[in-house]
Amino acid sequence: MTNLLEARGVSCSFGGLHVTRDVNFKLTAGDRVALIGPNGAGKTTLVNLITGDIAPSEGQFFMGGDEITGLSIPDRVRRGLVRTFQTTRLFANLTVADNVALAIMQRKRITRRFFSSSTELPEVRAEWSEILSHLGLAKLAYRKVVELAYGQQRLIELAIGLALHPKVLLLDEPAAGVPHDEAPKILEAINRLPSDIAVLMIEHDMDLVFKFARRVLVLAAGRLIFEGSPDEVTADHEVRRAYLGSYADARRAT
Amino acid sequence: MSEIVVTHVPHKRSIPFGQEAVGALSIIALGAIGYFLYPDDLAFLTRLIGIAFLVLSLDLVTGYCGVATLGHAAQFGVGAYAAGIACVRGITDPVALLAVGVFAGTIMGLISGALITRFRGLPQLVLSIAVGQLVAALANKLSWLTGGSDGLSGITPGKVFGIFNFDMYSRTAFLFSLGVLVIVFVLLQRFVRSPFGLMCRGIKDDDLRARMIGVSIYPRLVVMYGVAGAVAGIGGALTAISTGVVGLDSVSFERSAEVLVMLVLGGAGHLWGALAGTVIFMIFEHIVAAANPFHWMTLVGLLLILIVVFAPRGLIEPVLSLASRFKRKGEAA
Repeated sequence: MTNLLEARGVSCSFGGLHVTRDVNFKLTAGDRVALIGPNGAGKTTLVNLITGDIAPSEGQFFMGGDEITGLSIPDRVRRGLVRTFQTTRLFANLTVADNVALAIMQRKRITRRFFSSSTELPEVRAEWSEILSHLGLAKLAYRKVVELAYGQQRLIELAIGLALHPKVLLLDEPAAGVPHDEAPKILEAINRLPSDIAVLMIEHDMDLVFKFARRVLVLAAGRLIFEGSPDEVTADHEVRRAYLGSYADARRAT
Repeated sequence: MSEIVVTHVPHKRSIPFGQEAVGALSIIALGAIGYFLYPDDLAFLTRLIGIAFLVLSLDLVTGYCGVATLGHAAQFGVGAYAAGIACVRGITDPVALLAVGVFAGTIMGLISGALITRFRGLPQLVLSIAVGQLVAALANKLSWLTGGSDGLSGITPGKVFGIFNFDMYSRTAFLFSLGVLVIVFVLLQRFVRSPFGLMCRGIKDDDLRARMIGVSIYPRLVVMYGVAGAVAGIGGALTAISTGVVGLDSVSFERSAEVLVMLVLGGAGHLWGALAGTVIFMIFEHIVAAANPFHWMTLVGLLLILIVVFAPRGLIEPVLSLASRFKRKGEAA
């Protein structure tokens, strides 16, 4: 099986501070991996390294055998490496439809058209309309993003991710800040992702992690300290000490 | 897993080319008012239209892309000088002179854009001033070509389409400028709603997000600067043709600052805002300067303070929010 994404010996330091140390992992087609770890473990830094937002001081990234370490952010996106943000980053003054339409148009390479009307192009419209309907956002299509509730904005992050047809999707705490009754919508959307793409999710909500992940990576102080199935993770002594703490005990007790 | 009901989003009700028709007709109507009610002020109104191109051009880079610039007169001035020089050297067809202005403006826009959009924030602003000052200094130093501080004079364009002579009442100049404005405005209305235009607004909102959907930002901003340069170049060429002179004021820092004020006054990020800002500022200035030549600057300053305090996002914003409230009420009914 080909590796969709591979990290080889990736390290990153700011000044003397080592934020990421010798990280190695592989994501293959259909992978559903959770990346967990205590606050400050370097999870978001690792995502930023993968997407090319910051450059590693050592190590390489590969996608399907090609090295991508030196590529720019847009080049990586064009190869199918897509992320969502921990705190939403959307085109706040555009409508929901425009946000998703831009991603679709960029993927289809039609954002260099100068005089055709954009969001209502039939081939673009059909697609965003379907994505928004699936996520239950159809009614909000023509509302400006800044007018929407935070939980809805998180779903738009996901909608943009889907619109880009990713091969590898990095979800940075997709449920963070989402009201509890809306969290299932996020999980449902994640569960419906195409089965052949690899998904790496950073998440604090362990319920969500156990519902989603078939494999868990545990990051502590910038180092991957464990890799295994969700059940193995809860059983592992070191992981419990480093991170899970009472959660694992509570789970065992039940 | 439960079956999901797909309910497609209803189409927005809109008449094809409705906005463009409204745009063209409104400008023609305003032009008609000017032409028939103020026949003695046509020279001033023609100058106003020339500046309107520059404000629209600035709106493209500042309002739609979020680029901070205080050197935008460079594009206008280069267009004006290019058309003026071409006319003095024998190209007298007004449409050809416009083409010269567009070409020169585009080149200037691409060069400025390539420099200015490399940076963001304050460095960008400083660089834009530097580019503007450089062009102004060149216009002054190359006096054998530009007339230097005396200005470039002797621009006598031929007949429009070989029929209409430029008259001393500026009737031809006004109608010619108005016609060009209608065409350019309609094209811009399409342009800002195109995939390219929408992407530029996205870049303004959040450039990291734009990169994260795979957009290379820099080339887009440079292209946008080129388009803005073309629009400003038209304004410069029209001004050169209709006034018959090009002075250093057309590339000055004051010009750049003044059009930024007009844009903020009207509302950046809207084509109508750019237009409204130009019309209101220039007419206010025209009236006040005539009525009170000593204190008109004070009054202009007061007007600006009032508007920034009470309508910080420009005069067009309250109008738009009223319109959208009206529309929503109509949909609810």
